[in-house]
Amino acid sequence: MPKITYIEHDGTKHEVEAEAGMTVMEAAVKNSVPGIEAECGGACACATCHVYVDEAWRKATGQPEEMEEDMLDFAFDVRESSRLSCQIKVSDELDGLIVNVPEKQF
Amino acid sequence: MTGDVIKTDAVIIGAGPVGLFAVFELGLLDIKTHLIDILDKPGGQCAELYPEKPIYDIPALPFVTGQGLTDGLMEQIKPFDPVFHLQQRVDELKPDSEGRFHLTTDIGTQFETKVVIIAAGGGSFTPKRPPLGGIEGFEGTSVFYSVRQIEEFKDKSILIAGGGDSALDWALNLHPVAKRITLVHRREEFRAAPDSVNKMRALADAGELDFVIGQVMELHGQNSQLEAASIRGKDGEMTRLECDTLLPFFGLTMKLGPVADWGLNLDENLIPVDTEKFETSTSGIFAIGDINTYPGKLKLILSGFHEAALMARAAHRIVHPDSKLVFQYTTSSSSLQKKLGVK
Repeated sequence: MPKITYIEHDGTKHEVEAEAGMTVMEAAVKNSVPGIEAECGGACACATCHVYVDEAWRKATGQPEEMEEDMLDFAFDVRESSRLSCQIKVSDELDGLIVNVPEKQF
Repeated sequence: MTGDVIKTDAVIIGAGPVGLFAVFELGLLDIKTHLIDILDKPGGQCAELYPEKPIYDIPALPFVTGQGLTDGLMEQIKPFDPVFHLQQRVDELKPDSEGRFHLTTDIGTQFETKVVIIAAGGGSFTPKRPPLGGIEGFEGTSVFYSVRQIEEFKDKSILIAGGGDSALDWALNLHPVAKRITLVHRREEFRAAPDSVNKMRALADAGELDFVIGQVMELHGQNSQLEAASIRGKDGEMTRLECDTLLPFFGLTMKLGPVADWGLNLDENLIPVDTEKFETSTSGIFAIGDINTYPGKLKLILSGFHEAALMARAAHRIVHPDSKLVFQYTTSSSSLQKKLGVK
């Protein structure tokens, strides 16, 4: 099963096992990773599952689609590496993925 | 002014799917309804957050979108002629000595009703507050989430943040009265209507308005008077921008809101109810859908529908105490079919 590491703003690491097919947001919520609120439940409608993808993984996770890019307007402190974790699907290729959780969700 | 008070059998707070279906169940029992919702359209979260998203767990509808479900419910409740009061939030709810309830909305609409059904889901949609240090202190004097009176912004140096219709509309509408308008948005692309974006760009090209690509990261000022904001540009550089007013438009989030002030027992922002009548700690006030809690509660639309049906029978005893309640099926009852307008 692919492993994902979530790094909180203060550096605390959470390594979780995810199933291929679920989203990076779902894996976080299922494992109670702090800082991923996912208020809308994964509908790409709230921007409270905002993460920064680790530089080394940006190519593998790809670029946000237009709808996600629009929704990122509602996130705080958006950077080049910003993604909504409900829009990143876990696959075996993403085994080892590292994402950083922002200090604040909007 | 008592003449302006709307008198009715039932007021439903929240016009999401569960509130809408409550109209149907109450209507079958001859209970007239008024609905109040903060949004500008019925459908609640279904219409506001995921109109195009599929829902797979509505019985007998293997696939329906949020908007599709809303449209279907609106069609279903048509025979009962519910009255909608949109873009309003119920601020006050008070019982009187005769067991009736008096409600007042934020724009002053008043109701007198026999029962109240709270179907407010996750609460009312309210503008998102950017997580900027000290922003609370500026709210109401320098930071505003909506514009009620354009005149209040006369000669102000206004920073408008956001890239949707609200941000663009207010940049254009306040431009004639403001001293200076600066629109700050994190990218070149906008979600707002292209026509407004073109108008804004034309004003920016003519030097009459400033458009800055970046994000507001810090606020500066004292005694609740904003003096400047730090904006981080695309290159990561921070720039200080002098302004006395900030209008942040970053969408909506759900907050429990005034429900907390109505004297009802609450359990972590949810309203505990019994599972026979779905009544709150105040007799005559019911709570159905996502906003209630009871042992085994599931936040599913279908659970809310069930709650609406049982609630309606309890409401009937209050609204029509002298009429006997006979259980009937819509399939076979000619009196129910008459109410539905199919006979």
